[in-house]
Amino acid sequence: MQNLEQTSRRNFLKIASAAGGGLFLGFNWANAAAVPVIVNPESLAAGAVNFNSFLTIGTDNIITIFSPNPEIGQGIKTAFPMIVAEELDADWTLVKTVQANLDSSKYERQVTGGSGAVPHSWERLRKAGATARYLLVEAASKRWNVPVSEITTEKGKIFHKSSGKSLAYGALAEEASKLTVPKEVKLKDEKSFTLIGQSVRNVDNKNIITGKPLFGLDFYREGMLFALIQRPKAFGLKLKSVDAEAAKKMPGIVNVVTFENSVAVVGKSTWQVKKARELLKIEYEKEFDLESSTDHNRIFKQLLDGGEATVRRKNGDVDAAFKNAAKVITAEYQCPFLPHSPLEPMNFFAHVREDGVELVGPTQTPDRARGEAAKITGFPPEKITVEITRQGGGFGRRLAADFAIEATHVSKLMKAPVKVIWTREDDMTGGTYRPAVRYRFEAALDKSGQMIGYKLRGVGMNAGNPTREDNFPSGAVDNLLIDSVDHKSPITTGPWRAPITNFLAYAEQSFLDEVAEAAGKDPVQFRLELLEKAKKAPVGEIKYDIDRMIAVIKLAAEKSNWGKKKGVHQGFSVYFSHRSYVAQVGEVIVEKGKPVLKNMIAAVDCGIVINKSGSLQQVRGGVVDGIGHAMYGNLTFKDGVPDQSNFNGFRLIRMNEIPEVDVHFVDNGISPTGLGEPALPPAGAAAANAFYRATKKRLRNQPFIEEEAFKNIS
Amino acid sequence: MALLKLQINNRSYETDVEEDTPLLWVLRDNLGLVGTKFGCGIAQCGACTVHLDGEAVRSCTLPVSAVGKGKVTTIEGLSEKGDHPVQKAWDEIDVAQCGYCQAGQIMTAAAFLKKNPKPTDAQIVETMSGNLCRCGTYHRIREAVKSAASKTK
Ligand code: FES
Ligand code: FES
Repeated sequence: MQNLEQTSRRNFLKIASAAGGGLFLGFNWANAAAVPVIVNPESLAAGAVNFNSFLTIGTDNIITIFSPNPEIGQGIKTAFPMIVAEELDADWTLVKTVQANLDSSKYERQVTGGSGAVPHSWERLRKAGATARYLLVEAASKRWNVPVSEITTEKGKIFHKSSGKSLAYGALAEEASKLTVPKEVKLKDEKSFTLIGQSVRNVDNKNIITGKPLFGLDFYREGMLFALIQRPKAFGLKLKSVDAEAAKKMPGIVNVVTFENSVAVVGKSTWQVKKARELLKIEYEKEFDLESSTDHNRIFKQLLDGGEATVRRKNGDVDAAFKNAAKVITAEYQCPFLPHSPLEPMNFFAHVREDGVELVGPTQTPDRARGEAAKITGFPPEKITVEITRQGGGFGRRLAADFAIEATHVSKLMKAPVKVIWTREDDMTGGTYRPAVRYRFEAALDKSGQMIGYKLRGVGMNAGNPTREDNFPSGAVDNLLIDSVDHKSPITTGPWRAPITNFLAYAEQSFLDEVAEAAGKDPVQFRLELLEKAKKAPVGEIKYDIDRMIAVIKLAAEKSNWGKKKGVHQGFSVYFSHRSYVAQVGEVIVEKGKPVLKNMIAAVDCGIVINKSGSLQQVRGGVVDGIGHAMYGNLTFKDGVPDQSNFNGFRLIRMNEIPEVDVHFVDNGISPTGLGEPALPPAGAAAANAFYRATKKRLRNQPFIEEEAFKNIS
Repeated sequence: MALLKLQINNRSYETDVEEDTPLLWVLRDNLGLVGTKFGCGIAQCGACTVHLDGEAVRSCTLPVSAVGKGKVTTIEGLSEKGDHPVQKAWDEIDVAQCGYCQAGQIMTAAAFLKKNPKPTDAQIVETMSGNLCRCGTYHRIREAVKSAASKTK
């Protein structure tokens, strides 16, 4: 049995006293099979409880649910409690959500990334809610002396219909807390859900629209110092010497400290440290090659033609297939590096004290921040607390811990509470980008237009494996070879919303459009034929659900009235990523000689939709993100220095540039999968394929605006 | 450093800052009004939008010394109970994802609707295109401005 950690105990006691008694149900995040436990002062004092998250039902009828996952705009803080409240038949207006702090021995998956939070938590949350309901019903049955089978619950109330008796949950909470928790509880039939599937507003709306301090950057502490850090301007440089005399003389500056390759200017306000930082005189020396985008283009070509490739998947005899082909189609696709650009720039607070470390800020991986702080300070993890704030977007950037590392270093050196702030320029030029990648596709068609061979080589800049070798069309082609080569670049990279698939889907789905055309087939029909073939005669292992993919293809085709709209140029795309299936149709209309992307139609299978409002937002946002970066996103380099450093040079999509986005969810009752990412990957190709229909020009490189073919497109 | 008097949200504030400090950082670092956000610092994103004598301005590029006797309104002072028609529309239509850009969006929309209570769709898009939303909530921002317009007298 684990003991409670400090933070949870504190949280728990605070809520316990505020509620003035009631039912406190602890449940176990780490272990899906664990039975929830009733927590009371005695069991707490004895340390004889094993729980890591909890819900409380107060005598005041207020239900509090702890949400352990970081919220970055993906809607977890609203969706999680909805799941509990559904099984509990709670009155949603009386449910409160509290963001739990880092407690890694308790929350096994306290990470935001990979669209994995909902699938991980679905069962556990339902079980917690159902257990609480069971106890309340038991308590009512005892009090009224009627059988459990005659008792019903609805919206936070318990009813005994035949006698007309009813009570609010709060009135039974104390009695429920004296009962024994069942080993098994029955979960609801999914068809009877009343809250799940509805539109529920973001639980933080009120705070957001009134400007309450919610985000990491909003965190201030009495006596806190501000730090801006000068990092090497070019990737590949390292620090040689620092002359901070002029900077130190500036008003408000407390000190300038150096660690690793960084120079931190520390002072009393953001503006003062920003001005002082400009006066630093720093010398650097070359540690690695200072790469330019022109180098990258040359390297890509070398790796595609002669790089030592790692084979990712191989089926059949590719060489023979291409030799026997009636037609071979080849095309290359390339994307640039991208910054994540969450609207809240990186920032983090650290206070390294004599007895431990306090960390506060926006992070997608609190555990990693803590681990790094432990390494720097030598404190064991249990002496380090991490408070997770709301986050102004993440898109994968806050999976890194660089900002937490910096804050810890500076606080340790200054022996003071410090907040490290990144300006937008720091954020955009500071690294961990979506890697630049280039793909070469080759397809072999036989006389009847069947795809008998398929080759894909992916080459990337610190991209690891830039392919997803088991994704469609793998499994549907008899002879297939997928391999990759990686170039180690000093430019740092990391996961970016829908890692790898954010561009791979684009390239693959655009290329399949080219192949369909060469085969003389309709793009939708072509994909359906491939899937039917994979179903009848699968080639090697298949790691996607063919039927679910077919279903979204058909739904998107139906909702877009595929191929039947006059004057509308349609493009198709479908992709499976992050456990969900999404098909999209882009619609381009030519207005005054100019092709304009007017509509996107998305068919989405993410299993059961938990929050309709939030889900719609995620899909629309993902589509807008996918289109925006495909059209405009471009980070280029000259001698290791990014050419773009703020939103004047790096263009983000704006309201006047968005298409309408029409979203349709598949209703199949399957356990929910995530939605933070899957809508993004297929968006770009649906748009590009539609532009092709309108202009007869392929857009093979991102961003579109740099493409000759796109020059007269808005 | 200079001692400056500022009129913000119908209150007087006094603060000792360098005169070239952007209003944004005075609000945030000196006065504890953190509803106004920092996104770019170069007037590109609109996250820092406040009202100066009723006009939407970008506080990240406005030196505090230029505010003078002007009346500043921030998101905290847009309404007493968070019930300005624009705020209400933002809640009802459930606009926010991460929420970071939304104070700036709301301030831009509120100033716009005050001047132009019955805007056309094209005018809404034109005005709101000045504000970035990295989460891509543009469809609902547009809808919320429209809804607020229909409810403002
Ligand atoms: S922070 Fe002022 S416009 Fe971006
Ligand atoms: S809601 Fe996240 S930036 Fe707009």
